[in-house]
Amino acid sequence: MSIDTVPAAGATALDATAAVVTRRDIQHRLLMTIGPILAALIIAGCILLAVGVDPLAYYGFVLERGLLSPLGIQQTLTRMAPLLFLAAGLIVAFRAGMWNLGGDGQFLLGAVTAAASAPVFVEVMPAWLALICSFVIAMAVAMLWSLVPALLRAYQGVNEIITTLMMTFLGTSLANVLVKLMIRDPGTTVPQTRTLPVEDRLPRLFDTTITSGLLLGLAAIITVHLVMTRTAFGLKLRIVGANPRAAIHAGLGVPNLTIAVFAISAGLAGLAGAVDILGVQGNVRADWNPAYGLAVIPVVFLARMNGFAAIGFVFLLSVLSIGGESAARRLGVPNHFTLVLVSIVLIVLALAEYIDHRYNQSRRA
Amino acid sequence: MSSATSLSVDKRDIVALEGVTKRFPGVVANDSVDLAIRPGEVHVLLGENGAGKSTLIGMLSGLQQPDEGRILVDGEPIAITSPRHALALGIGTVFQHVMLVPTLTVAQNLLLGGPWWQRPKTEELEARVAEITRALGITVKLHAKVSELSLGEQQQVEILRAMVRNSRLLILDESTSMLTPKGIDELGALMRRLVEQGLAIVFITHKLKEAAAFGDRISVLKLGRKVGEIPPERFRALGEQAIVSEIVELMFGKQKDDPEASERPVRTIHAGAAPLLQVHELAVAPTDDAPGLLSISFDIRPGELLGIAGIDGNGQKQLAEALAGQRATVSGSVRLQGTPIEALSVGERRERGLRYLTDDRLGEGTVGTFPVSINFFLKQVGAAPFWRNGVEQRAEIDKRAAQLVREYDVRTPSLKTPVARLSGGNIQKVLLARELAEGAKVVIFNKPTYGLDLANTLASRQRIRNTAARGLAVLLISTDLEELLSMCDRIAVISNGSLVGTVENVGDARSKIGRLMIGLAA
Amino acid sequence: MTGLFSEVFLSALLFGAVTAAIPLLLAGLGEQMSEKAGVLNIGIEGMMLAGAYLGFVGAFYSGSLWLGFLTGAGGGIAVALVMALLCVRIGLNQIVIGIALTLGLEGLTALLHHFQFSRSYPRLPAVDVTVIPLLSGIPVIGLALFRQHLIVYLAVALVFAMGYIYRRTQLGLNLQAAGDKPAALDVAGIDVARTRTIAVLTTGALAGLGGAFLANVGAGLFIPFITNGAGFLGIVLAMLARGRPVWVLFGALLFGVCLSLTTAMQVAGINIPTDVIQMLPFLAVMIMLVLFGRRASLPAALGIPYERGVR
Repeated sequence: MSIDTVPAAGATALDATAAVVTRRDIQHRLLMTIGPILAALIIAGCILLAVGVDPLAYYGFVLERGLLSPLGIQQTLTRMAPLLFLAAGLIVAFRAGMWNLGGDGQFLLGAVTAAASAPVFVEVMPAWLALICSFVIAMAVAMLWSLVPALLRAYQGVNEIITTLMMTFLGTSLANVLVKLMIRDPGTTVPQTRTLPVEDRLPRLFDTTITSGLLLGLAAIITVHLVMTRTAFGLKLRIVGANPRAAIHAGLGVPNLTIAVFAISAGLAGLAGAVDILGVQGNVRADWNPAYGLAVIPVVFLARMNGFAAIGFVFLLSVLSIGGESAARRLGVPNHFTLVLVSIVLIVLALAEYIDHRYNQSRRA
Repeated sequence: MSSATSLSVDKRDIVALEGVTKRFPGVVANDSVDLAIRPGEVHVLLGENGAGKSTLIGMLSGLQQPDEGRILVDGEPIAITSPRHALALGIGTVFQHVMLVPTLTVAQNLLLGGPWWQRPKTEELEARVAEITRALGITVKLHAKVSELSLGEQQQVEILRAMVRNSRLLILDESTSMLTPKGIDELGALMRRLVEQGLAIVFITHKLKEAAAFGDRISVLKLGRKVGEIPPERFRALGEQAIVSEIVELMFGKQKDDPEASERPVRTIHAGAAPLLQVHELAVAPTDDAPGLLSISFDIRPGELLGIAGIDGNGQKQLAEALAGQRATVSGSVRLQGTPIEALSVGERRERGLRYLTDDRLGEGTVGTFPVSINFFLKQVGAAPFWRNGVEQRAEIDKRAAQLVREYDVRTPSLKTPVARLSGGNIQKVLLARELAEGAKVVIFNKPTYGLDLANTLASRQRIRNTAARGLAVLLISTDLEELLSMCDRIAVISNGSLVGTVENVGDARSKIGRLMIGLAA
Repeated sequence: MTGLFSEVFLSALLFGAVTAAIPLLLAGLGEQMSEKAGVLNIGIEGMMLAGAYLGFVGAFYSGSLWLGFLTGAGGGIAVALVMALLCVRIGLNQIVIGIALTLGLEGLTALLHHFQFSRSYPRLPAVDVTVIPLLSGIPVIGLALFRQHLIVYLAVALVFAMGYIYRRTQLGLNLQAAGDKPAALDVAGIDVARTRTIAVLTTGALAGLGGAFLANVGAGLFIPFITNGAGFLGIVLAMLARGRPVWVLFGALLFGVCLSLTTAMQVAGINIPTDVIQMLPFLAVMIMLVLFGRRASLPAALGIPYERGVR
C-alpha cells in the first residue's frame, strides 16, 4: 500500500534550485561510478590471486599495454571505433524500451557486406566514394535484417528479445555461409573475403595507426545522444520506451517509431561492422565473430544510456580488452578475464545504485 | 469535536489500535490513531484520499508495520508481520484493487496459499464453499476463470476467500467504487448478514451516504488523524440526515450541507445551434478483455454537457478511445463541426479541437518518470513554439509550463519533478491543463474525479462546468451517478456496448437512469 | 546416396539428435519455470557454463558421471543463487544481471579451465548406456532412442513431471500466480520472493545439469564457451512453448535434429557448410512466428521485480 497522496502542504509552487545540477550531484555521480569500479577491481583481483596470478602485476601490465604504451593506446583507440557505433545503436534501442539483443548478427552482416562490396567498388570509383557506398549498403543490409523483428514487434507484439536473439544466430550463420560460398576470395585457401588494400581503407589519423573510424564513431554516439535528449524525435522514442500506452494516448505512431528504432539501432550496428572492416580488418575470415555486440550491452547499462558516459566506458572496455589480449600472450592469463571483470563491475555498480537508492530513501524518511 | 475518545481496551474487541503512528518520507500517514473493532459491527472508516485509510489497512493486513503505538488482537499486543500472519490471526482483507490471479479459476484462486508441496484440496474446498455460500445466499462459479467474471463477482470471490479462511475480521477497502447502485445495495445486505453471524467488518469508504447507510459505528479520519467517532448508540439515535451533517462537521470542521450536493445551475443551450460533435452508428469490434460498441449515436451542441452513465466495463473506455482515435472502429461516423473525422489519427483529431482526458492518469495519461513540464506537452511533441525544426526549446517549454502550473494551481516542488511524485489531484490538474489549454472544442472526460479527494473533485467538476460554459461540447463519462446528475444536461446510459437510452436531466431522471442501468425501460 | 539413408546413418543421426536435444530440453524446462514465476532468466547461459565446467571437473576427478551431474547441477544452482539474490530479493534489473552473469561465467569458466588444464583437453571415457529391453530391438529407433544414458530417460520423464507440477500441484498454482499477479499471491499468505527463488534455483539446477550433460555426455570434454548459445536457445524454446513442457520437448528435438544433421553431414563428407543446416531451426521458428505470430502470452509480471505495496 502506498500513501494516496503527497501532501500539498510544504510543496511550494516552484522551487528553482531543484532544477540546477549541483556540484555535489556531479561528485556523487563520480563517486558512484569510480567506487564500484575500484571494488570490482579488488574482487576480480581476488580471483586472480586464487588462480595464482599477482593482480597488481596483471593490472599494471594491462594498463601499460592498453593505455600507456604508444602502440597500446593506438590499438585501444582503434578498437573503440566499432564499439562506439554499437553503443550508439544500443542507446537508441534501450532508451526506446526495445531490447535489441541482435547486435552481433547485425554487426557481422554489416561487416560481410562491407567486405564484399568495398573491393568491388574501389575498382570502379574513387576510394572515398567506394568507402561511402560500402558504408551505406552495410547499413542498409543491417537495417533490412532487423525488419522482421521490428515488424513482428510493431504489428504482432512478438517479444523482440526472442526474435532478435534468433536473428543473431541466423545472421552469424548467414555471414559464414556468405563468406564460405558466395563472396569467398578465390585466391586464398582459407575461406575469407577479398582483402581491401591498405591504401584504400579508412585513412589513419596523422602519423599514428589510429583509424579515422574513431572520429566517425565519436560523431555517431554524440549525435545519437543529442538526438535522444534534445529533439522531438528523441523525446518520442523516450516516451515509447518509458510508457508505451502513453505514447498511443498521445497519438504517436508507435508501430512506425518501433520500426525506426530497430532500423537505426541495426543500422548503427551494421556501420560498426563496416567501420571495423574498412578501417582495420580489410576482410572477413570465415567463423570470425568478435562478439562485440554482447560485450557492449553492459557498457551501455553502466553508462545509464548516456552517450558521453558511454564514450568513457567504451574507452575503459577497449583498454581492458587490448591490455587483456597482450596479457594473454605475455602473462598467460586468458583475455576472457576481461569478461569476468566487466561482469563484476556491472553487478557491483547495480548493487551500489540499489544501496544508494535505499540510503537516500531512509534518509528522507 | 476533539480527537478520539476511548483508550480503554474492551474485552469484546477483536482488534484494537492504540496510538498507532506510521510515517513515510515527508508524510505522517497515521498520527496516533486509536481504533476498536468489535464482532457484530460494521465499523466504517470514513475519510478522503490521503486521510490515511489505506495505510491503516496496510498495517492491519500485515503489509506494513507501525512506527509507534501497538495493535492488540484479542487484547494481546502483537506485531502483524506479514499477510500470512494476518490471515492466521483471522484478519481477511478485500483490497480496493482486485487481488485475484486473472489466469486462474475461482477455485484455484481460493486454493492459493496452501503449502507448496501439497496437492490442492479441491473437494474439501468445494464443500466448504457450498456451506458458506448457502449461508450467505450468494452463488459463485467455482470453475470459471477469474478474468471472465465481472468486478462485482470478483469482489464476492474475495469476500468468500476471507470466509473460507475462517476470518473473524473482514476489511473491505473502497469496495463500492467499482459497483453498480444495485451491487452496492447487495454488498450492504451481505455485510449485514455477515455481522449477524458474528463477524467484525471494517468498511472503508469516502462516500458519506454509504457510511450512513451501512455502518454501525463510524470513525472519521482526516490527514492521518482520527477526528471523531460515532458509536452505535448515537448512530441509532440519529436519522440519516443528522448523521451526514455530523460527519460533514467532523470532516470539514464547520456546519455545512453535503458538499457534493451542489445545485446544478440552470443553463440554457441554444437548441437551434448546430451540434459540435455528431456520432452516428459508431461500432467497435469486441476484444478478448473488453466489450465492443454497437451502433452508438448521439449529438452534443455547443455548451452542452452530455453524460454517459453505466456500470464500469460496459464500453465506456472503448467509446472514449474510439472517439479520440486510439481504438479502431468497424463502422459509423464521427463529425466535428460537421466535418467527418473518423478517418483521422489521434494527433489530427486533437489538432481540430477534440480532446480526451483519460481516466488512467499514470497508466497512459502521463509518463511518470518525466518532468512535469514535459508532461504538459506530451500530445504536442514537435509542435512550435516548443520545438523548432525538431529541436527542443527548453526556455519556451519552461515558460509555458510555469504559466500552466500557476493557472491550474498544480502543486509541484518544481517543473523538473517527475510527475508520478505528485498526488492524484495534481496529476489530474496537469491533464486538465494539457487538454483544456487552447483550441479545445469538444472535450471527453473519462471518470474525471475517480480516486480524487473531495477538494480536488469539486475543483475538477468546476473546471468541467466552466468548459461547457465557454461554449465547448462536453462528454462526461462517469460511474458516479450523483456526479452526472449534478452536472449534465442530458444523460445517456451505456450497457454492454450500446446506448440503451437517453434522459433529460430534469425531475425524476435519477430513477429513470437507475431503471435503464439495471436493464428496464426508463 | 545409399550411405546417406542407411539404417546405421539414420540411427546415428537420431542418436545424435537426442544427445543434442537433452541440454536444450533441460535449459528450456528450467527457463520455463523461471518465466512462469515472472523472472526472465537471461543468465541461463552462464548457469549452463557453470554446470558444464563443474560437471566436467566433478566427473573427471571422481570418475563418476553421476557425481559430475551432481556438481554440474550444483554449479548451476550457485549461479542461480546470485541471480535470485540480486533479481528476486533486491529487485535489480533482470536483463542487466542476466547478461552480466552470462558474460562473467563465460570468462570465469574459460579462466578456470585454463589454469586447471592449461591447453590440454582431457576426455572422459564413453558413457554407459541403459538398454531398454525389447524396445531397443526396433530398427533405427531402437538404437537411437532406447540405448541412451539413464539421465536421458530421466530428462524426458521430467517433461511430464513438470506438466504435473504446473497443472496439479499447489506449487504450480503459486508459480503461475507469482508470474501473473504476484500481489495476489502475497495477500494469500505466500512469500512471492520465496516462490520465485524456488523457480530460479530450479532453473539453475536444470541448466547446470544440461551443461554437465553437454560436457560429459555430449562432448566428453570441456572447452571454453562450450554451450555456444544453448542457454539462449533455451530462452527461445521457453518463450515459444508458452508454459507447456511438452512443447519444449518438441522444440528441443527439432533443434537437436538440425544440430545432429550438421555433424552427420560432415561425417558423410557432404560439402555444405554446417552453417546452412544450423540456420534451419531458426529459420523454421522465424517463419512460424511470421505466419502465426500472435501476442505471445507471457506472464503479466515477467521481468518485473515484486515489491510489496507498490502497484
